[in-house]
Amino acid sequence: MFMRGLKRKCFDGEEDIEGTLAGIKAIPSYNLQRQSLLDMSLVKLQLCHMLVEPNLCRSVLIANTVRQIQEEMTQDGTWQMINMQNTGQASVDRLVSTDILCRSSREQAEGKHVPGYSTFSKDFEGDQAQDSSETMSTASSVQALRNLQSNVWEMENSQENKGNFQKSLDQIFETLENKSPNSVEDLFSEVDNSYYDLDTMLTGMMSNTKMGHCDGLEPFPSPTTTTSSSNCKSDLNELDHIVEILVES
Amino acid sequence: MPDCAVILLDFTSQADIISTVEFNHTGELLATGDKGGRVVIFQREPESKNEPYSQGEYNVYSTFQSHEPEFDYLKSLEIEEKINKIKWLPQQNAAHSLLSTNDKTIKLWKITERDKRPEGYNLKDEEGKLKDLSTVTSLQVPVLKPMDLMVEVTPRRIFANGHTYHVNSISVNSDCETYMSADDLRINLWHLAITDRSFNIVDIKPANMEDLTEVITASEFHPHHCNLFVYSSSKGSLRLCDMRASALCDKHSKLYEEPEDPSNRSFFSEIISSVSDVKFSHSGRYMLTRDYLTVKVWDLNMETKPVETYQVHDYLRSKLCSLYENDCIFDKFECAWNGSDSVIMTGAYNNFFRMFDRNTKRDVTLEASRESSKPRAILKPRRVCVGGKRRKDDISVDSLDFTKKILHTAWHPTENIIAIAATNNLYIFQDKVNSEMH
Repeated sequence: MFMRGLKRKCFDGEEDIEGTLAGIKAIPSYNLQRQSLLDMSLVKLQLCHMLVEPNLCRSVLIANTVRQIQEEMTQDGTWQMINMQNTGQASVDRLVSTDILCRSSREQAEGKHVPGYSTFSKDFEGDQAQDSSETMSTASSVQALRNLQSNVWEMENSQENKGNFQKSLDQIFETLENKSPNSVEDLFSEVDNSYYDLDTMLTGMMSNTKMGHCDGLEPFPSPTTTTSSSNCKSDLNELDHIVEILVES
Repeated sequence: MPDCAVILLDFTSQADIISTVEFNHTGELLATGDKGGRVVIFQREPESKNEPYSQGEYNVYSTFQSHEPEFDYLKSLEIEEKINKIKWLPQQNAAHSLLSTNDKTIKLWKITERDKRPEGYNLKDEEGKLKDLSTVTSLQVPVLKPMDLMVEVTPRRIFANGHTYHVNSISVNSDCETYMSADDLRINLWHLAITDRSFNIVDIKPANMEDLTEVITASEFHPHHCNLFVYSSSKGSLRLCDMRASALCDKHSKLYEEPEDPSNRSFFSEIISSVSDVKFSHSGRYMLTRDYLTVKVWDLNMETKPVETYQVHDYLRSKLCSLYENDCIFDKFECAWNGSDSVIMTGAYNNFFRMFDRNTKRDVTLEASRESSKPRAILKPRRVCVGGKRRKDDISVDSLDFTKKILHTAWHPTENIIAIAATNNLYIFQDKVNSEMH
């Protein structure tokens, strides 16, 4: 349904075919990157269930970021459903007001092209013709469309989604208080695994921008291995400590 | 502001990552804490007229194990032995005292010197064994004889079980009787002599943990007013509290918050606004805060915005997503005032640290690394280029090493001597120019 809506927008909106193609790429690109940020944040929240108590400040900041994204997605989702008829221009304007600025306003004004790692703002900063600013290759655009469909599903079920996210966040905070590995799996079951393919895209973007030796730059482990390994690790350590207690007594 | 700096002391390599650095009130002693729970204290050698170059070098004075790793059986979690903060108590007698804390427990340590030993006991022999009484024919008075200096460190108090969450700050009150410890959600007031109870003076834990959106990131007592303290939050606000107002200081006396710049808004705005450190000026009139990209000077009398803002590494603003991914965006940098409150200092990445002169508005970037720092060498100012013209020796943003971060720095209370912790190395720099000229 969304695809048809897009086509309609193509004809209603931009007259330039190239522009519409870029338009299709621009808007999902923002959603895509926002989605990947959301996934990254959820993974981060899960990964912090290690042996040592997680850093509460970090968890709170990530959770707030997740909430922010979720709120915006809900707004956008609702808004896009209502405003199917709107021209591409209007949608760009609306998105600009909530765009993710990863660069200083000075750079924005100068229209600098950030190599490799692209910023969300750049994608739809009116530069529809500047396909070079797109980080997505044609191969991944297919993936983008697939993800877009999933996005639609999310938008249609935005209310349910909101509930899911809220539940996720609640679970996260509960587990921060009482560490229970089981809820970690529950959390992962809510996240659509197809999005993790974006990791390669993200890390691909990362390698374009040399960030120096960054130990943190590794592809995300798949959710199941993370939980199972952390479960095993915690089990083993618990076992060690139980043995310790027994030996001491 | 020091134009150039000379290394006073050849850096010391420690096995573990240094997690805190603190000069005592005279600057004679410098304490460092590390990830392994150890504290190393350096002492400044008195200046010798014979060797003017070796004026006041810092040498190891004492090393001791402050905290050990523990295990919380209730939560099945390890408690790290990493020393989060060290604070010196004002010296009241021949002994020195300091507070050291890990995530959960604060300890008071007493450091004493022994350089004399009594000899000539009547009942004990040289080794301490009891003498055969029949061999004792006359009485003698034991005499104090000099011996090699021995530094003894003893734990005098252990303040345990006061915190559910991780302690991020401790601060000794100007009354020299009390101190406070702050964790993510609560701040406790302790009496230095009483370990079995503390007063909770701030509690921001919501009734429902699901509603938690803000945590305490740092706190400090006012240097002169024993009733005032400040605490910073993860949302970038500062709260000044007066303990005379009520027992529980949940309601602030003043709230310092800068409105968000709408043109710079992003999903990372809140994270980069989180205050990682807050320090009162020596005068007590200003506060210095560090967030991810800036250091700000606040006037206690103005709550609406800081009086000065300095960009530490604004070139990172376009890299926030990557820095979020590799967790660098959560790095907590500290900040410091110089003795006269005219220069402020903070660390950055690539072993760079920055100094800002509040009067001349000049700033400098210096590097703390083995390659660029030979003893007695003058540090060369560094520059990060963001594209455009690149000068020789400039570093491009993309070549910065984000694993080399300078989180902990300290400035001597009166002189232009700074201590920089670069991962597991400690660097001590001194101003080349005679400090009398400043």
